[in-house]
Amino acid sequence: MALLDIQNLHLSIGGAEILRDINLSVEAGKIVAIVGESGSGKSMTSSAVMGLLPDGTKTSGKIWFADEDLSEKSEAEMCQVRANSLGMVFQEPMTALNPVETIGAQVIEAIKLSEPKLSWAEIRERAAQTLHRVGLDGERFPLTTYPHKLSGGQRQRVVIAIAISQKPKLLIADEPTTALDVTTQEKILALLRKLVDRDNMGMLLISHNLAVVGDVADHIIIMKDGEIVERGDVPELFGSLEHEYSKALFAAAASKGATSKFIADSAGYILEVNNLSKDYKIAGGKTLKAVNDVSFKIKNGENVGLVGESGCGKSTLSRCILGLEEISKGEVLLRGKTFKGERELRSHINVVFQDPYGSFNPRHTVGRIVAEPFYLMKGKLTKKQESEKIVSLLTQVGLSEGDVDKYPHEFSGGQRQRIAIARALITEPDLIVLDEATSALDVLIRQEILDLLEKLSERHGISYLFISHDLATVRDITDRLLVMKDGVIVEEGTTANIYARPQHPYTKALLAASPDITKVMKNNKENPNETQL
Amino acid sequence: MGRFLLKRFLSLVITLLVATVIIFIMIEIVPGDPAAYMMGLSGSTEATEALRAELGLNMEPWQRYFSWVSGMITGDFGISYTYRIPVSELIIERTLVSVPLTVYALILSTLIAVPVGVISASLRGRFADTALMGIAQVGVAVPNFWFAILLVLLFSTSLGLFSAGGFPGWDAEFFECLKALTLPAISLALPQAAILSRVMRSSVLEVMNEDYIRTARAKGLSKRQALLRHGLRNAMIPVLTILGLQFSFLLAGGIIIESIFSLPGLGRLVFQSIAQRDLIVVQSIVTLLVFAVVMITFIVDLLYAWVDPRLREGG
Amino acid sequence: MKRWPLSFLIGGVLTDIFIAAAIISLFWTPYDVTALDIPGKFQAPNMSHWFGTDHFGRDLLSMVMIGTRNAVMVSLVAVGVGMVFGVPLGLWAAAAKSGGGKLIDEMLMRGNDLIFAFPSLLMAILITAVFGPGAINAIIAIGIFNIPVFARVARGAALPLWKREYILSACVCGKSAARISMEHIMPNIANLLIVQATIQFSVAIIAEASLSYVGLGTQPPDPSLGRMLSEAQTMIFFAPWLAYIPGGVIVTMVLGLNLMGDGLRDVLDPKLNRKRTSEVEDGAA
Repeated sequence: MALLDIQNLHLSIGGAEILRDINLSVEAGKIVAIVGESGSGKSMTSSAVMGLLPDGTKTSGKIWFADEDLSEKSEAEMCQVRANSLGMVFQEPMTALNPVETIGAQVIEAIKLSEPKLSWAEIRERAAQTLHRVGLDGERFPLTTYPHKLSGGQRQRVVIAIAISQKPKLLIADEPTTALDVTTQEKILALLRKLVDRDNMGMLLISHNLAVVGDVADHIIIMKDGEIVERGDVPELFGSLEHEYSKALFAAAASKGATSKFIADSAGYILEVNNLSKDYKIAGGKTLKAVNDVSFKIKNGENVGLVGESGCGKSTLSRCILGLEEISKGEVLLRGKTFKGERELRSHINVVFQDPYGSFNPRHTVGRIVAEPFYLMKGKLTKKQESEKIVSLLTQVGLSEGDVDKYPHEFSGGQRQRIAIARALITEPDLIVLDEATSALDVLIRQEILDLLEKLSERHGISYLFISHDLATVRDITDRLLVMKDGVIVEEGTTANIYARPQHPYTKALLAASPDITKVMKNNKENPNETQL
Repeated sequence: MGRFLLKRFLSLVITLLVATVIIFIMIEIVPGDPAAYMMGLSGSTEATEALRAELGLNMEPWQRYFSWVSGMITGDFGISYTYRIPVSELIIERTLVSVPLTVYALILSTLIAVPVGVISASLRGRFADTALMGIAQVGVAVPNFWFAILLVLLFSTSLGLFSAGGFPGWDAEFFECLKALTLPAISLALPQAAILSRVMRSSVLEVMNEDYIRTARAKGLSKRQALLRHGLRNAMIPVLTILGLQFSFLLAGGIIIESIFSLPGLGRLVFQSIAQRDLIVVQSIVTLLVFAVVMITFIVDLLYAWVDPRLREGG
Repeated sequence: MKRWPLSFLIGGVLTDIFIAAAIISLFWTPYDVTALDIPGKFQAPNMSHWFGTDHFGRDLLSMVMIGTRNAVMVSLVAVGVGMVFGVPLGLWAAAAKSGGGKLIDEMLMRGNDLIFAFPSLLMAILITAVFGPGAINAIIAIGIFNIPVFARVARGAALPLWKREYILSACVCGKSAARISMEHIMPNIANLLIVQATIQFSVAIIAEASLSYVGLGTQPPDPSLGRMLSEAQTMIFFAPWLAYIPGGVIVTMVLGLNLMGDGLRDVLDPKLNRKRTSEVEDGAA
């Protein structure tokens, strides 16, 4: 019998059905991945195995784990099972560790719970070993380190250490790399794969990204609306997808290949950034060069991507361009004129942010939200012209006239990004900064928004400055790419060129780490399941 | 850590300096000449003038400010206009009543509030939680001086367990002193305990939603163990702030309670001194209390750093 | 339709009763509180005097009504003073801090700390002692200590909003900090301010009672709840209702306000605080 065998699991919260008839099994030494959008029920499945469901949840069905039915167990027995045989890794490493205790204490506590008979010295030894195993060597990261000293990836390693220190038979990882940078993501996934192979653990890996799990999983299960719609072994599964939804997921995860349109120099520049630097004073009287002597230009009608991992300074750079931050050195030219937040120039530039929930004042109607940039062209349009314009833009982004009087909370994440795009377009700007504008969206919706952006760019002849941490996102929509690291642009070129022939080692690393399902299929053919740390 | 302390210490000194200026100016505005007041109706002009010179009242205001502040630094608070003894002696004697009363009340309030808050949070939504929080809600609304009157009515008048007031002095038996301070301490403590337990409860509830509690549960800790081992220390952070505020509130709030129970504390001294225009005493006590409040804030900051490693370095 | 919690309904009803009593007392009270009736003194509550009479034979219900009115007036104005000065200060500090003007924010907040460093009750006593007792000075004394409270609440609530993307969007549209504070920040922190106002209102009522208890609030012959309690103190052994009733009135009034504030917070607050934006971006910014 399999290590974990879920049979006919149904789950509902307060009458709402969350999971319908889930059947899946995990063997020792294998990774089974569950892929689905937010709300598909994939996280609930893992919580059900852990016995950590929210209050008021009703379940039926069997969860067989090591020949015992977990659904029959009392809370006290479940504590024992969790301590001895189950380990879990969560999505958000920044908050998953107790901030007031050392990482050593948190690992030690886990070991004590699973093996109370060990002596103090043995426990300490085991804790140090476990941290070493996950890549945190005792020299740089002694047991007395506090979590706030660690980066997101390092914290995730501690969480993994806590889980594997108990020598679990099954490891559950719920979006373990979603909050991490691509290069870190790759390392963490490789680490998980290695641990599974060495310790012969079973692993349930939960993710919203098919490309991410394609590389490490042995078996993939695709969920939608609380049901399993597709399942199969890797890589055969990719060749035989049947369900509509899984095909769409696959298409979104596979890139179409970059095409760059050529724009003559004579087109003129909408944006020129010359030797821009931005310093911050940080603790200890030091200065942090968030942006360091950056120069680039964007031609009229050109779409430029700015790619880099979190902390590289790309957001600071975008704020400087938008006139939201004072520039330490250098200059920004909009349409050839120096721009430091002057109101007359502001109508040339607008922005769409990442968070579809924080982008709107919750107390304003959509009509008022979209109309806000009219403030820049006070008096030029009559009220009637303004409202006609609002309606026309809402229809262009795929919303309707009736949405004008609604409030933002009545819309889904994707629809909100459409509203944000309408707002950015209303003054007919020449340049729109898209600051991680699709990062918070589910894969399929992301594709829809990207398609919309492409259509609008052709129709209105606008330029985009597309800022993203994800190379795959900008690949299809941009003509030229800027790769940024530690405040400096390390590589610049046409998108097609950079993808085909990356020059800088950092760009190469980013490209190699970027999840891409076509790459997965190639890899799997050559040397199945081989990954190195 | 060093920088953090230095910064806090500097702001402490500046606050104190500004505070003394404000207090000094306020006292300056008070109408009436203390010298004339002290001499009474019979005082001749010459005698009053001599007294003014003796008290330093004929100096320029800024001169008096500097001699007052520099005196305080060396522990010389001046001579009381009415009692004709050093203010420091007067204050020390009274402080020995007020501070123990405050500490007593604070201990009582913490001992009640922390367990009530934790129990209430862990039984959220059950009857015990509703009942405890209902009582706390009423407790917050009770003015402590009215509560004091009711306590006197019940324990001294009806039950005869405690005396209605007075203080035997620390030369008397310790237990007697404690007994004399008990009713005042309870009347100060209970309304504060009500506030504190509410803060404690919501703080615990908030912490229980944190991701690291889930991590702890995944390790195999039960809900209660996770709360006690990982939740409490984090939950104490906001509670510390309230405790610091309450200490200062209780120290100053004792004023009224002290007069209800006729305790010879700082509060009674303030009232008497205001009535008798003994401004130097008023000035000193207010400054001392401000000093106490600022010091407590400083100590709370230190405690923060002790509880939360993130504050030990940086910032 | 929102469902109002029970605590809000109870609190609202209690508060309404007291406000109504305060307003009615402007036009009518059961008896004249300045008329003394020595033979009718120390009557326990009865049919003609629902709350009994005091040592001068004055009707306690009438006195409580006027006392409530005085408490409500003093507290209302004091909280108003706190809001009118405190909220703009807090908004200014938040806008300054977000706009890089850390110095202004620092100065405003240190000024706030300074006021917090003075024990409020003691300072109120000192202020009324210096400027003379009376309702106006009580208002000033209580009001001053409300300013930093509102400044802090407003600043604390406004600061996270300044990081929200809709505020950045408004900046991109060229709106000034003052305009953004009015258009975007105020509507989103109004709830919090209202909740805080009900809490401060109840605190002010206790403060007013304390001040008049020590004889520094509303002056005789105007009745006040605090002074009624201090006068009752010597008579509680034979006329305990003189202490029970005014105290009970203070407690119920404050309880009502607190319940209302709590209920309001339950209804209004979650929307404001739940949604934390996922900050994936630059640590430097």
